[in-house]
Amino acid sequence: MSQVEPTALGNRELRKDLAAIRRRGLAIALWVLAAIDLLVFARTTPPGSKTVFDLNAPPAFPVPAIHLPVLATLLVLGIVCALLGVAQYLWKGNPRTYLLLGIGLALSGIAFLAWAGRGARVDVEGLLMTSLIEAVPLTLGALSGLLCERSGVINIAIEGQFLIAAFVGAVVGSASGSLWLGLLCGAVAGGLVGLILAVFTITYRADQIIVGVVIDAFALGLTTFFLVSLLVPNQMTLNSPAVFGPIPIPLLDKIPVVGPLLFNQNIMVYLTIIILAIVQVTLFQTRWGLRVRAVGEHPRAAETVGIDVLRVRYRNVILGGIVAGIGGASFTIGSTGQFAHNMTAGLGYIALAAMIFGRWRPLGALGAALLFGFFDALQFTLSALNAPIPSNFLSMFPYLATVLAVAGLVGRVVPPAADGQPYARE
Amino acid sequence: MSDEPVRPGGDSGAGGSVVAAIGRFFLSGNTIIVTFLAFVSALFLGAIIIILATPSVMAAWGRFGQAPGAAFAQSWHAIATAYSALFIGSIGSPRGIVGAIASGDGHRIATAFYPLSETLVSTTPLMMSGLGIALAFRAGLFDIGGQGQLILGALGATLAGFLLPGLPIYLHLPLAILVGAIFGAAWGFIPGILKARTGAHEVITSMMLNYVALNLLTYLLTTALFQAPPRYQPVSKAVADTARLPHLAGPSLRVNLGILLAIACMVGVAWLLQRSTLGFKFRMLGANREAARVAGVNINRQYILAMTLAGAIVGLAGTFMVLGVDHQVASGYGGTIGFDGITVAILGQGNPYGVGLSALLFGAFAAGGRTMQLDANIPLQLVQVLQAVLVLFVAAPGVIRTIFRIRVRGAGRVFGGWSG
Amino acid sequence: MRLELRGITKRFGELVANDRIDLTAEGGEIHALLGENGAGKTTLMNVLNGLYRPDEGTIVLEGEDVHFDDPGDAIQAGIGMVHQNFMLIPVFTVAENVMLGFERTRRFGFLDRRRARADIRELSARFRLEVDPDAVVGELSVGQQQRVEIVKALAREAQVLILDEPTAVLTPQEIQDLFRVMRSLRESGKTILFITHKLKEVLEVADRITVIRMGKVVGTALPSESDESRLASMMVGRGVELQVTKSPPAPGEPVLEVEDLVALDDAGQVAVDGVSLTVHAGEIVSVAGVQGNGQTELAEALTGLATVVAGTVRIAGRDVTGAPPKEVLRSGVGHVPEDRQRDGLVGSFSIAENLILDVFDEPPYSRRGALDWNRIHATAEERMKEFDIRASSINTTAATLSGGNQQKVIVARELSRDIRLIIVSQPTRGLDVASIEYVHRRIVAARDGGAAVLVISAELDEAMQLADRIVVMYRGKLVGPYDQNEVSRDQIGLLMAGGSPAEVVAGGAS
Repeated sequence: MSQVEPTALGNRELRKDLAAIRRRGLAIALWVLAAIDLLVFARTTPPGSKTVFDLNAPPAFPVPAIHLPVLATLLVLGIVCALLGVAQYLWKGNPRTYLLLGIGLALSGIAFLAWAGRGARVDVEGLLMTSLIEAVPLTLGALSGLLCERSGVINIAIEGQFLIAAFVGAVVGSASGSLWLGLLCGAVAGGLVGLILAVFTITYRADQIIVGVVIDAFALGLTTFFLVSLLVPNQMTLNSPAVFGPIPIPLLDKIPVVGPLLFNQNIMVYLTIIILAIVQVTLFQTRWGLRVRAVGEHPRAAETVGIDVLRVRYRNVILGGIVAGIGGASFTIGSTGQFAHNMTAGLGYIALAAMIFGRWRPLGALGAALLFGFFDALQFTLSALNAPIPSNFLSMFPYLATVLAVAGLVGRVVPPAADGQPYARE
Repeated sequence: MSDEPVRPGGDSGAGGSVVAAIGRFFLSGNTIIVTFLAFVSALFLGAIIIILATPSVMAAWGRFGQAPGAAFAQSWHAIATAYSALFIGSIGSPRGIVGAIASGDGHRIATAFYPLSETLVSTTPLMMSGLGIALAFRAGLFDIGGQGQLILGALGATLAGFLLPGLPIYLHLPLAILVGAIFGAAWGFIPGILKARTGAHEVITSMMLNYVALNLLTYLLTTALFQAPPRYQPVSKAVADTARLPHLAGPSLRVNLGILLAIACMVGVAWLLQRSTLGFKFRMLGANREAARVAGVNINRQYILAMTLAGAIVGLAGTFMVLGVDHQVASGYGGTIGFDGITVAILGQGNPYGVGLSALLFGAFAAGGRTMQLDANIPLQLVQVLQAVLVLFVAAPGVIRTIFRIRVRGAGRVFGGWSG
Repeated sequence: MRLELRGITKRFGELVANDRIDLTAEGGEIHALLGENGAGKTTLMNVLNGLYRPDEGTIVLEGEDVHFDDPGDAIQAGIGMVHQNFMLIPVFTVAENVMLGFERTRRFGFLDRRRARADIRELSARFRLEVDPDAVVGELSVGQQQRVEIVKALAREAQVLILDEPTAVLTPQEIQDLFRVMRSLRESGKTILFITHKLKEVLEVADRITVIRMGKVVGTALPSESDESRLASMMVGRGVELQVTKSPPAPGEPVLEVEDLVALDDAGQVAVDGVSLTVHAGEIVSVAGVQGNGQTELAEALTGLATVVAGTVRIAGRDVTGAPPKEVLRSGVGHVPEDRQRDGLVGSFSIAENLILDVFDEPPYSRRGALDWNRIHATAEERMKEFDIRASSINTTAATLSGGNQQKVIVARELSRDIRLIIVSQPTRGLDVASIEYVHRRIVAARDGGAAVLVISAELDEAMQLADRIVVMYRGKLVGPYDQNEVSRDQIGLLMAGGSPAEVVAGGAS
């Protein structure tokens, strides 16, 4: 068509505007990081202080600890961060929007550690290890939320799925003596909670947020009830499962630093990586993923091309429950073994936050989960260092970061268009 | 909760005989009958859970082949013991109450009324948080941040309570209540203004602020300002006597002025929603945001106002707890009450009087649950399960209608999702 | 492919939306289904599309009975549908939208995007649709999106193509493009069912016409043997066209004065582009134009709902540019919004509450922040009588009312205040004939009572007949004003299509 298309032009311009706003926001975020680095950290560092970064050596290749002069490190990293901000500001048509911010955050993390650990040793390997392990349930929970929300069902029940699966995993793992059976039953239990959510929200079209909140309360009550009435009197038989041990991957686990971190972990870590990869690829590259996203964006359009909206939603909500169930099992048979009262302590909600922070994308969710896990792990490191930062403020970080993200201060996050809306055929 | 608007004044104009009206009421799957059936279903599920959790009863079922009667008898016994303990713990034994009043012995009367007093003590914060959340519901907002607002309210009241000793009670108490409300309001204001200014969904922001508040509380309890002197334990200083809510029935019963203030708040919220122009704006916003905008309502201002007001009311829940019962705050203060307020608001269908009744029911559950744990050896958390099942069924009336085969036209929905 | 409907009946409770509809469309034919809004056209199409199941009757394709349980079955049988509200996913690319539901995959269910793109390019070239498979649908114009919908149907090898009111959202230029595409589809042997209520378009493009009214087929016609007035009388069921009777205007002082107004739409784009307009007391000015040319935003800008970036709006001499809606309403403006269910009413509120939606905080309905329900109810009873609102009581919820009664509630509310200016958008969209006449009468009565009236309507006839003076809105700008008797219907039509005013009006083109 030869004529001018005003709408098309307009929208493209609008998108350009939005991209510019986001670019500016990201650049400012980077500058703020640089400013904290240079103005807060560097100014409070006595000259000549040093920080030792311990990188525990695997048996084959011992890695020496790194001794860093704090002030110099801060200056270099601060300037790099500021330059990244400039690059971000100038880099038009930027396809990898969050790449530079990610680098900036990582650098700021190093700067912070150098500052907080001045005159002491920082156990970097331990820090990263803890972050990764903390990130496992968060990632799985976020993937659960993502599977549901991409099909248009809000899953606030992640916390409840975690709790029930953690409970079932511990009891079955303990009673049967088989961890694999425990994991399987945990996953099935998560899936069943997913089924409850599905029946109430999809078939009966009850409010998704209300049902999610109530399922969480139900799960907390039920698990605590049976913990007190059944597990506590039978601690040895019902609540003493073994835990999955690390499975070293031959050769790869010998790589310095990275090896023990990534290739000598237990099955939960590997499973998380596999599930993440599968969801990432299938969501965007397969027929299943295309249909799921269509149902989450515009269910009526999906129905007019013959897609059974309700079935897609049922399948995804149950799948999401199973994934969260695996994450829940990791609380007991994946790490501490015993089930304890309210042991997930709101991590299901942080998982939800990680999904939002990761912009409803699997890899984004992983990034957010790692970041949140890092901040959690940092508390232990800092208390070991006696750093002058109350750990409560670090605990607040994931929540505050999520508030800022949904408020659009660093780029706006946009949920699937039909997220949260019950669907009824006409 | 906007699909069940309470009609202001007047009846709904339905004609026909009384019998026909009652028939319609039952056949139409009306809210009250659904709530009642949901309650029955919850008790039934609870009974199954009690059986599962009682080893002797399970053992009896194991011998079902030999002695089927024993299995039923033992089950009945376990269920009856638990539920009667729940009842006696929340209301008291009717015979005991009559006997105590007849005896005229003050101590005996106090003991007989102890369960009721405990029920009212538990009801107070549930009613306040339920009212705040219900108010936000009616304005189309889902305030999931009750926990944080309650903590902030408690913090504010505590601060005012111990910082200003020596004030007369008629100044100190109202001041402490006011400060608690203001602190809670501030915690509601944040999601409100974020929604108004940036469109950030209040479910996410208010939920996140719960955890910020929890951490803030834990941190403050390590500071010299808040922490109680020898500073070993994470508890705050105690509020002065002049900032405490007076007891209503003598020092041995914990029931205090808080319950009366909560009832006054309930009437106030009902008036606000049904009789005031502000409430009319809130309800318009909750029922149809676009129409409200076209009719000249400043939507963003109402969002901020509604969230702030909701925060203040939920903040008063924490305030009344501190000033009436606990007199100091500890780490994790308030427990799940801010969250239970959501279920109370849902059970009450967003109607202030419904919220009051729901809070009374949950308060009775809480008080009775403690007795049940002591007397029947059934963990207190059973009531949490009962509450959740009850609310789940009320939130999805279709489920109850299916179970009990009640026919009805159309199912309502409450809330629109992230982008709503 | 020959499509035959035999005795299709569809009921919704008491309402019979389709009553024993018979219709036969041959392959290689453009068959128009003509009817008023609410005549049952869309219901029939949803039956054909598998979204509804008919209560009675059969669908016959090439002589065989077919039954559709869901849209998938209809697609399978070769029926493709272009919905009035496009069924496209804005964040998907054209290729993703087209392949959705019948995806070609490689191993393990991986999407074969290359094949999908190639298929789209091939179809696009064959029917000259000019669709880019990699464009994101949300960034396309309405006309382009419609072509994506057509590609979607063709890619599924549809033999019968149903177009539901396809021209409602198009510019005249785009309509011509659509007709060209429809003809080329006909050449290739497809059956096209063209649903519309626009007489001219039917005469221009259809091979055969079936007219339905109130759910029943009232006749068939061939364009060559028919004309507009005959079709109109079949469609409306009366010999005469809708006619508004009104006395000559007696314009007074200017009430609404708009100068060089520039306003943005929701997406932040300029939608009203330098509009100047004056409406006097006691006259009706109509804004005609194809929908989507900035009329919605003009009404919103005047009432404080859209962002004004330049220019001034004065009402009764007071500058209200950029004032919030409340202030505009308070300065004596009544506003009947175009989407009554979304913007004009609160569905779950009672009639009484809806009657005070924008005056609840003024005396006598409230005092010092407290509502006076006795007063509100008494007033509601009066209004129901005065405006002939048919409902069981003032406590009936608005959502349960018919469209006509809903509009009467809004009109009652907006006209019962002390108003100097009324802004009415799409006053009679989707209403039955009796309600249309009633609303028109009320608008004229308000003018005769001395109010200034601005009517915005996409229905050219309505705009013409209500107007004392008429302006045409095209791409955010106004052409005119003209006195009603100064211009012909055809001339206005050309202006709506973007014709140059100098040529159209001065040259007397028709």
